[in-house]
Amino acid sequence: MMRTLRYIVSRDVLLAMRRRADVATTLFFFVIVASLFPLGVGPDPKLLRAMAPGILWVAALLASMLSLGRLFAADYADGSLEQLVLAPDPLAVVVIGKVLAHWLVSGLPLVLISPVIALQFDLPAEAIATLLLALLLGTPLLSLIGAIGAALTVGVRGGGVLVSLLVLPLYVPVLIFGAGAVDASASGMDAGGHLSILGALLLLGMALAPWATSAALRISLE
Amino acid sequence: MLEVSGLGCLRGERRLFAGVSFSLRPGGLIWIQGGNGSGKTTLLRTLCGLTPAMAGEVRWGGEPIRKLGEDYRRELTYIGHANGLKEDLSAAENLLAAAHLAGQQASRAEVAGALQGIGLAGREHLPVKFLSQGQRRRAALARLRLAHSRTLWLLDEPFNALDAHAVAGMRHIMEQHLAQGGMIALTTHQEVAIQATDAQALRLDEGSAG
Repeated sequence: MMRTLRYIVSRDVLLAMRRRADVATTLFFFVIVASLFPLGVGPDPKLLRAMAPGILWVAALLASMLSLGRLFAADYADGSLEQLVLAPDPLAVVVIGKVLAHWLVSGLPLVLISPVIALQFDLPAEAIATLLLALLLGTPLLSLIGAIGAALTVGVRGGGVLVSLLVLPLYVPVLIFGAGAVDASASGMDAGGHLSILGALLLLGMALAPWATSAALRISLE
Repeated sequence: MLEVSGLGCLRGERRLFAGVSFSLRPGGLIWIQGGNGSGKTTLLRTLCGLTPAMAGEVRWGGEPIRKLGEDYRRELTYIGHANGLKEDLSAAENLLAAAHLAGQQASRAEVAGALQGIGLAGREHLPVKFLSQGQRRRAALARLRLAHSRTLWLLDEPFNALDAHAVAGMRHIMEQHLAQGGMIALTTHQEVAIQATDAQALRLDEGSAG
């Protein structure tokens, strides 16, 4: 089972490395969206500091959603999804592997670049550290939740728009507690509570989302 | 042993087939025939458990396949209409990934051997997107050369896009599998004479009596 997980992750990461442009698109989308706001609202540091947590998290949400289309659509189109479903391992294991690979190529780079983006908003060092931690907990959750939506819309025409309608409302708790953590830290309060809830949500997502995604995939493939 | 009893399937509002019954013993081959849209692919997908049956049941060794789940999937190899190949990976990488996913221990040498055996020598490390339609089909079918331990082969139009030489090669692989006690269910439009001790044909569009 662990072996299957490893094969799936290495296959998907290898595929992403062969198509680096796709990975770069997500990352640059995040950088550009987050950079547009300081240009749009002007250089008032107080205003930027106040808006930073929300903007950075919304940008992360949108960037994560942008890459969801790739999660199952390509596998569906070339028939490999059927083979994944027919593998002699529980489908949830396959799903966990795919979600992990998705996070490694689209979530993790975003986490790593976020401190640089945060500098544009004049966030204090402590808030940047909290942002990094909150994104580290929150982005895998975005991939997990997104996988359910991607699995439900696989093979549906215009699935990209539909997936955003399905998934964005489910992202709301992540947004609230993720931005809340950075907000708290920026105003000198303890972010521990927000981060704990994010962690708890992540555990819940890890326990439930793979099953929901497998069920959705089976329905989509019928 | 694969037993199918009273299998029926709907596609939307339309009845594709109903009352399909047959059984497949070790060494047995079943040839699923029928015109376009008669439900051949749907029948194969139902046999491998991708599409649930609307009526009837598929049993493997006496147990319904729904109940067997992974134990049944471990016994079968399905090659669908789509090749299931990743365009950005080479044929060798694709085959290795497929074998690993199927839980088979395949070495690089075995993979290279399988690809050479199917006529892709010298093309193993080319990304699949540079291969022709027939070569892609060959790369997908190369999985069968590593899948003799899988008892049941479900093949959807395996000879599509293949040239006469490759068809002969495939026929040989299938005959070998049957001789080893394997079972094959396949759909095809081409007339291919496969030597089998226990061969049967199933026509789907003739009143679907089976």
